[in-house]
Amino acid sequence: MDKVKRFKWVILLAGLLILALICRPAFGLHVAEITWSNFLYMLKILPPIFIILGLLDVWVPKETMIKFMGEASGFRGGLLAFLLGSAAAGPLYAAFPVAQVLLKKEASLINVYIFIGAWSATKVPPFLFETSTLGLPFALSRLFMIIPAIVIIALLTCKASLPEKEAIYKNAHNL
Amino acid sequence: MFTVILYGAAAAAVLVSFRKDREKTRQALKKGYKALINIMPEFLAVIMIIGFSLAALNPETISKIIGPSSGILGLLISSTVGAITLIPGFIAFPLAKALLDSGAGLVPIAAFVSTLMMVGFVTLPLEIKYFGKRAAYTRNSLAFVFSLTIALVMGVLPWIK
Repeated sequence: MDKVKRFKWVILLAGLLILALICRPAFGLHVAEITWSNFLYMLKILPPIFIILGLLDVWVPKETMIKFMGEASGFRGGLLAFLLGSAAAGPLYAAFPVAQVLLKKEASLINVYIFIGAWSATKVPPFLFETSTLGLPFALSRLFMIIPAIVIIALLTCKASLPEKEAIYKNAHNL
Repeated sequence: MFTVILYGAAAAAVLVSFRKDREKTRQALKKGYKALINIMPEFLAVIMIIGFSLAALNPETISKIIGPSSGILGLLISSTVGAITLIPGFIAFPLAKALLDSGAGLVPIAAFVSTLMMVGFVTLPLEIKYFGKRAAYTRNSLAFVFSLTIALVMGVLPWIK
């Protein structure tokens, strides 16, 4: 029963897909095709990410993380979080498990949200792509406004999630 | 390319770790495996939602929707499309460029690009699993609002044509 509950969304979506395949075969096939190719992509990129995560978890002492990105890490902690997120590659959903390790090692909530923000918006490869297609003025102007936005979003998200803070850290320890 | 680097980094890390401490390495791999299995249901659901949203909103449909739109409604439409879809940069930016070239407004396109990157409507189930509802909803709504604001400002910047 527990297994069914965990997979309730997958089961529901699979049901929808079957329905689509029956009622609108062309659309359903298209959905299945995209899902399949994304599934393969996910299977390709997730294993190394989770291996690195496991290693980080085992080798990085909590004290180190607290020192560099913990509550008292201040501006430098935020900057480090920002640079880490920007240096990453891969879709946003790959950022969440990485954030989990940061949380487990007691990086501060705000730094983790800055990390997520940077991963979503200021990664280097997409920026280069944006520059080459939409032009440097476009890309740079957006970048300069996005950076403060990331910090403000992180601050406000941190405030809003304060009531769930303990739960978030507790959840992170399930790694 | 990215995958090659990722696998290379993972393999190198495992190797170094294994030489230092076999037991710890075994533990690390076990942890990584367990964490992956743990989150699998959410990942699978998200992958399927992406399948549905991309089948409904393929690049042609997106350009049909965003292309002629203008004004506040156009802005809202393009940013919503960006928030829902999840397409990689190497498809999104050329698409944005093509839309601009075919006469779409700068503001809606800037909003589309920003929400595409920062707002993850389809990945919400995953984000909630890791950060809880409050954080996930707040971050995504704020990212949406800021994407709109930034796009509007970009519309009046004289150096962007």
